[in-house]
Amino acid sequence: MAGKENMGNFALLRDKILSQSGKKYWRSVEEFVDAPEFEEFVKQEYPAQAEEWDNSLSRRNFVKVMGASLALAGLSGCVIQPTEKIVPYVRPNEEILPGKPLFFATAMSLGGIATGLLAKSYEGRPVKIEGNPEHPGSLGATDVYAQASLLNMYDPDRLQEVTFRGTPKTWQSFMTEFRNSVEENRKDGGAGLRFLTETVTSPTLVAQFKQIATEFPNAKWVQYEPVNHDNAMAGAKMAFGSPVHTVYKIDQADKIVTLDKDLFSDFNVRYMKDYAKGRAYKEDKKQVNRLYAVESTTTLTGAKADHRLAVKPSQVVEVAKALAAAVGVSGGTPAAGLPADAQKWITVMAKDLQASRGKTVVIPGDHQSPMVHALAHAINGALGNVGQTVVYTEPLSPAADKLQVDQLRELIGDIDGERVKMLVILGGNPVYNTPADLKLTAERMEKVPLRVRLGQYIDETGELCQWNISEKHYLETWSDARAYDGTVSLIQPLIKPLYEGKSAHELVQLFFRENFDKTDLDIVKGFWQTQNIGSSAPKPVVTASPGASPSATPAASPAPATPSAPASTTAKSFEDSWRKAIHDGFVANSALPAKAVTVNTAFLSQPETKPASSGNLEILILPDPGVYDGRFANNGWLQELPNPLTKITWDNVALVSPATAAKLEVNQGNDQDEMSGGVRGTAFINTKGGNMSSDLVTLKYQGAEIKNGVPMWISPGQPDDVITIYMGYGRTKAGRVGTNLGYNAFDVRRSDAPSFGTGEVVKRGERTTIASTQIHFNMEGRDLLRVWEVEEIEKLAEESKKHELKHSGYDKSMYDPFNYSEHEWQHKWGMAIDLNSCVGCNACVVACQSENNIPVVGKEQVERSREMHWLRIDAYFGGTDVNNPDGPHFQPVLCQQCEQAPCEVVCPVHATVHSAEGLNDMVYNRCVGTRYCSNNCPYKVRRFNFLLYQDWNTPQYKLMRNPEVSVRSRGVMEKCTYCTQRIAAARIEGRKDNRRIRDGEVITACQSACPTEAITFGDLNDKESMVAKLKNDPRNYSLLAELNTQPRTTYLASVKNYNKEMPDYKPRSSGEKHTGGESH
Amino acid sequence: MVVAVLLGGVAFYVYTQVARSSYLTGQFVERQQPVQFSHKHHVGDDGIDCRYCHTTVETTASAGMPPTQTCMNCHNQLWADSPYLEPVRASYRDNKPLEWTRVHDLPEYVYFNHSIHVNKGVGCASCHGDIANMPAVYQQNTLQMEWCLSCHRNPEPNIRPKSEIFNTSWNPGDITPEQKKEVDEKVKSLRNTEMLTSCSTCHR
Repeated sequence: MAGKENMGNFALLRDKILSQSGKKYWRSVEEFVDAPEFEEFVKQEYPAQAEEWDNSLSRRNFVKVMGASLALAGLSGCVIQPTEKIVPYVRPNEEILPGKPLFFATAMSLGGIATGLLAKSYEGRPVKIEGNPEHPGSLGATDVYAQASLLNMYDPDRLQEVTFRGTPKTWQSFMTEFRNSVEENRKDGGAGLRFLTETVTSPTLVAQFKQIATEFPNAKWVQYEPVNHDNAMAGAKMAFGSPVHTVYKIDQADKIVTLDKDLFSDFNVRYMKDYAKGRAYKEDKKQVNRLYAVESTTTLTGAKADHRLAVKPSQVVEVAKALAAAVGVSGGTPAAGLPADAQKWITVMAKDLQASRGKTVVIPGDHQSPMVHALAHAINGALGNVGQTVVYTEPLSPAADKLQVDQLRELIGDIDGERVKMLVILGGNPVYNTPADLKLTAERMEKVPLRVRLGQYIDETGELCQWNISEKHYLETWSDARAYDGTVSLIQPLIKPLYEGKSAHELVQLFFRENFDKTDLDIVKGFWQTQNIGSSAPKPVVTASPGASPSATPAASPAPATPSAPASTTAKSFEDSWRKAIHDGFVANSALPAKAVTVNTAFLSQPETKPASSGNLEILILPDPGVYDGRFANNGWLQELPNPLTKITWDNVALVSPATAAKLEVNQGNDQDEMSGGVRGTAFINTKGGNMSSDLVTLKYQGAEIKNGVPMWISPGQPDDVITIYMGYGRTKAGRVGTNLGYNAFDVRRSDAPSFGTGEVVKRGERTTIASTQIHFNMEGRDLLRVWEVEEIEKLAEESKKHELKHSGYDKSMYDPFNYSEHEWQHKWGMAIDLNSCVGCNACVVACQSENNIPVVGKEQVERSREMHWLRIDAYFGGTDVNNPDGPHFQPVLCQQCEQAPCEVVCPVHATVHSAEGLNDMVYNRCVGTRYCSNNCPYKVRRFNFLLYQDWNTPQYKLMRNPEVSVRSRGVMEKCTYCTQRIAAARIEGRKDNRRIRDGEVITACQSACPTEAITFGDLNDKESMVAKLKNDPRNYSLLAELNTQPRTTYLASVKNYNKEMPDYKPRSSGEKHTGGESH
Repeated sequence: MVVAVLLGGVAFYVYTQVARSSYLTGQFVERQQPVQFSHKHHVGDDGIDCRYCHTTVETTASAGMPPTQTCMNCHNQLWADSPYLEPVRASYRDNKPLEWTRVHDLPEYVYFNHSIHVNKGVGCASCHGDIANMPAVYQQNTLQMEWCLSCHRNPEPNIRPKSEIFNTSWNPGDITPEQKKEVDEKVKSLRNTEMLTSCSTCHR
């Protein structure tokens, strides 16, 4: 390519580069030399994507490293290994066998809802999180947050000590000074004492706050977090007169309606499990549930829905009213402002719902107004769902009758009135995430003389507090919390705190007159000792403290209800029941009992308050699917996790519909061909050439303005004139990973319009680059994804078989088939992924990253398509209408473990070879990095370590890694191995017992995490195995079958259960989806 | 041209010989340990079973190194004030582990599992040599992949009866007819060599 002339140029350029010595670090070649000729040269040399080598390595170091690697190259196979030490225990631990993992039950809580987990521990180090199969909130699965929480524990940026104004102090010195302040405050009953926590459902902590209320009757406890249940509580009060917590039994429902609720992005794995249970299509269960989604932005629920209605956020209440009227809820104002086709949509849906009374469920979204929640209660009542699919209980958290935002307003009022002398912030990050009109600003913080913060980081809030106490991660803490149905889940530590951490229990305990220095184990155990768990005598969980002043603090308001007494009548000692509860991870039968409530429809005539209109667009504010409300901002796994719908990493964007984008003239310079739709489907996306770029706008909401520019992103399916923005970014002090990324939605979020309202956007005339992992949302005519209507499955399966027969001649290959052994123990590993169950939630992606020591590469590298995830979830839009597409449909793609693998035959060093059990083994230590295999892989599932992505130095990360998987270095190819380490472990155990590996003994990391059980792995030689049965399912097909790669991973077509009377029902021309194969 | 090929051939031969030399493999090198522990004395003379100290050799990947407490089981009575044993007593007293120098060191990308080898009838001596006669332990074999594969390709010669697995001085020639029958059964239950030589058997 580079001719002589170019070479000459290059020599000149090199001189020019070497003569410059200004910059020590350079991020790119252009930046360094800034020479147009050089750019030209680079363009000729590397025409396509990889045009820059971005590495913040100094030139001198680069030369050194190159020199060293050249010197080592000759002897790389036989260098002398450095001497290693073996360090045995002094006194052995009975349970710990070296190299054998132990599992301990614990729980993680988010927004006050606990999910039961099993943490896998090697020699005392937790290295992987799994779901607790017995816990009602998990049933063995987990979501992205639980999987990624492991990285938070090992985060090197965590606060590692007690600090006072930035200076390290000892816990002893803190305790002495703190106790003095406590005694000071005791004099006036704590009139100037305020506690600020996030949502608390921990029975122990609630009891501790009750004692605070007796010892400090004038103190106040405020609960606030940005993603809360205020609307649900207010809605329940409208409908029932008292706040309730609603538990849905989605597996009991044949028809599900969501009113702007994203079931699949919530921290509730159980609902996903239940949905998948009702959705499952099998030979003996051909009845699948039907999902209607009303939504105001594109969500996973809308993507999976059989029928989707996109409306503006403010119109959801009108939809709810129309639905209420259609199902016979009397009274109330008629719905207004809905287009006629939406009206028809609702009427037909209502008819369908009425046909299955008691077997339907209507679920409102947490960010929707109280009115929508109240209407949903009325609709569920009218449809006879209460007691069937909907159960009401007491609220999980105390003080639920006072909205969190009102509690915060009161606190801010007290601070402004200088009535607060001591503010104790337990967790959370209120300085960052309080609403703009109730912002806990630096000025307000200055008005409080003593500010104490328990937190994992010195973040925006910590910076403004004098005392910062390192908070223990849940994997280091004893605690408890309630699951979605109220089940008491116990949190047990897996490891001694890495740093000098304390828990909220321990800090609150310091306020007490007696026993103030108890450890969290003593506090939690001591509390449950008073609760008679497991004994026959029922006793209220939270005893009323006689001295509590009922009016003073939220803590004194009605406590969570008592758990029903366990059925067992044998008197067991507390120690036995406690040990059992710790072992199980939860207290048996502690779910909250159903509460009888009746709907009072008087609320229908109440006037509605609407926030003032201040723009022509509606803005919707949602938590980010990756970093949530910002608490996970410093978590590299979650930052790099592609957004389930847009596949964006490391950023938050604002979603806009194609039509509105045209109106606002944003992202219009992008490639018009890609936007065409038409024959190539809806390839539409925000690309300009090979890059993803978007226009920055200034976003104004309710009069306020977001400081940073907001990148716009065209999202097919987004309702027109609605902009969706996400919380959690724009952090100014998150740590090395999360600081200064994206824009901050809390700049404009208001307490009177926390979720949506009106606003406007003004184009800034600047553009920014966005790192998205999927540019094309289009199958290019290939038959990659199948979505079949439930009635047509048999017919389409027949056609598909015929279609595949056309390729049967392909069975012949240039290469001989692999000679498998006939041994009776011969395994043949295979995987089936049911696209009908997959909701695209990403749990598998993080689970894989955690299990297989997969590094994080950073935004610049993702922009160059160098992300390392072994498992990706492709999203494909369907249909021809870009404004109202079908889907996106999700397809997890990992190494297909081909029988005739194209990668194997091109490797010059046999670094990827077929194993006797049919895996495509990847041998890292043989790989020399030619990348031929990746080039030849039709599924693009191989990942290459272009740079040294793995962090080899940080000691915390060394503790975190899975010891059963090699840590890969620079220049090595890697890919999914079907969790070969898990296969090896099962194989060794099986061989020791002289038996085959049983079905279900090997569970891959992705399979184990999946909340919808979409992934099944097993032995195809075992005809009774789950996976072998699925391979015989009529919906089973392989990707790119026409290439004759014969993949071991196959897919099961997604199923749609349309209501044919719906106005948006379009009969699919059969065969449309699976005849594209020959066009190439 | 011929000279170049010859030179190249010689260079390659030298390279392979250097790579296999004990200078690079660490074969036959006796290591200094914090305690002058003699396997010859404890195993050979006293007849202590391997598993008394290496407790997890039959159950887990690692054979297990004895905790200080195991030493002290005997040495709080025997040689209780010997100066040689001061590091052991100090470890027990101060709760500070002994730091042994690793003799058999496989690369990190090799996942060797003791338990499956022992369960399938591979004796300790097949890899570790006659430990019972080693005052200071050295590495008997190269531990290179070609050496591992020599057995994975043809395991039969290294399979021994269960009773002799921990007998490091056993001679395969001494096999009794009953033992021969047992070994034949064992060999039948092994995975075939294709399976034993798959990369993912040892590398993950």
